[in-house]
Amino acid sequence: MDILNALVALLNFVVIPAAAYGAQLALGALGVTLIYGILRFSNFAHGDTMALGTAFVILVTWGLQALGVSLGPLPTALLALPVGIALTSLVVLGTDRGIYRFYRRKKSEPIILVMASVGVMFIMNGVTRLVIGVDEIRFDDGARFLFSVQQFKAWSGLTEGLSLRVSQALTLVITALACWALFRFLARSKAGKAMRAYADNEDLALLSGIEPERVVRLTWIIATALAVTAGTLYGLDKSFKAFNYFQILLPIFAASIVGGLGNPLGAVAGGFIVAFSEVAVTYPWKKVAGYLGYQSDGLLQLLSTEYKFAVSFVILIVVLLFRPTGLFRGKSY
Amino acid sequence: MAQPYLSATDMRGGYGKADILNGCTLTVDKGQIAVIVGPNGAGKSTAMKAVFGMLNLRDGAVTLGGEDITGLSPQERVRKGMGFVPQTHNIFPTMTVEENLQMGAYIREDDYRDTIAQVYELFPAVADKRRQNAGELSGGQRQQVAVGRALMTRPSLLMLDEPTAGVSPIVMDELFDRIIEVARTGISILMVEQNARQALEIADIGYVLVQGANRYTDSGKALMADPEVRRTFLGG
Repeated sequence: MDILNALVALLNFVVIPAAAYGAQLALGALGVTLIYGILRFSNFAHGDTMALGTAFVILVTWGLQALGVSLGPLPTALLALPVGIALTSLVVLGTDRGIYRFYRRKKSEPIILVMASVGVMFIMNGVTRLVIGVDEIRFDDGARFLFSVQQFKAWSGLTEGLSLRVSQALTLVITALACWALFRFLARSKAGKAMRAYADNEDLALLSGIEPERVVRLTWIIATALAVTAGTLYGLDKSFKAFNYFQILLPIFAASIVGGLGNPLGAVAGGFIVAFSEVAVTYPWKKVAGYLGYQSDGLLQLLSTEYKFAVSFVILIVVLLFRPTGLFRGKSY
Repeated sequence: MAQPYLSATDMRGGYGKADILNGCTLTVDKGQIAVIVGPNGAGKSTAMKAVFGMLNLRDGAVTLGGEDITGLSPQERVRKGMGFVPQTHNIFPTMTVEENLQMGAYIREDDYRDTIAQVYELFPAVADKRRQNAGELSGGQRQQVAVGRALMTRPSLLMLDEPTAGVSPIVMDELFDRIIEVARTGISILMVEQNARQALEIADIGYVLVQGANRYTDSGKALMADPEVRRTFLGG
């Protein structure tokens, strides 16, 4: 038995990566759930909004790097992030003006808006590839580790190593800040309360003098800011590849549905539930089991990593079968 | 005679091709309680929605305090001093009682805390639950929140669409008492009611509508005393 080493291995290979991944999913799911609550449809273009936004951030980062601007140990992309958010918000508001508003005025069924968003998704997908290409791009500069495996081993004297990358720590800190700001905004500010009122009862909100188009615009901007932040953090943590952002849509939807669509707190919880399930199911537990005194010939891996998206599917199916409104009781239209 | 505070005259119109309102006239004076009763499908709620601008009138006019508001949207009428409590979906269920009242005051730029205090004074039962979500309250308390929300704009005319639908008789009496209290502060009340007898008892003026037109108009007491009205609409 070597509980300390088992714990360190668990932290290094499961808890930290899953927490960072979960935070990225949570930010994405928050955007999906906000749009669902206010605009009443599932936005399939959300993943590609993340991709396009991250592409903008990368372009601006390159520009800044060419100018010799840097943030020292922090990635330059953080400086580029607000610009990326602004640019992507303009694009997204443009899609609302050009596409979604038309169906909103016609009071179309949600499924029609969903299909429209699939169209937007394909266009954004194509535009992203035209703008920045299909190759894998690494854009994380600055320091790589807060502390590395070697440093940890030297410090602790354990055989098992532990590292914390700057991108992972950044992901957790920025997600915590974004959630704090968002929940405070929704709970305290007049505009945030108007958003909740509109989500709760559209007609009564109208009677109370709340302007729907303003609420809708605000929702798009907040959802886009969250999406671009999520996309940039995901890209810093792993790498940027347009196709990955299309794929990440599934776990993001799973996260927002697990938490209950339309419920922001649920979206955050859902992000971590999906991420921890995915990492736990695809992690080979052989080493941790070994430290705990169980020697195994196999890898003790439930699913190989190629199948990680199956985890999202299973979670989705189970939730939809047994608790369709999600763990935190969202709503369905 | 001076013009009544609210005057909706000779309203004609409907949602589609067929008219639901066929020359319906409603007037309410300052501080009066006016009640619209009538059989199912008589256009009671429609008449009130027409007064509030939720229905396009083909003919007729609505004036409030002498000003012609026939062409205004419901939102604009709220700014002119109308308050409307819909029959259903009249609260924000996942928001607290206090937040419901704050949303009622959304268009107000001034300090509305004293109005909130007045609403709590009027409805002490919901004052105790100000931090609770409105959707978790009982039916009667929800109605109180709904009325309180509409009072937040300090309306001069409060319109209630079947405020007692689905609440128990005790709660209904309580709610009517509160409505009388509101009227005493000088607010005019226009109310559609299914519980005709109880509503007419508190009515200064009662309108019996049949097929979208006025059949009987009189004080509530006189209508209750009229054998013809009793036999036809109040079940003997």
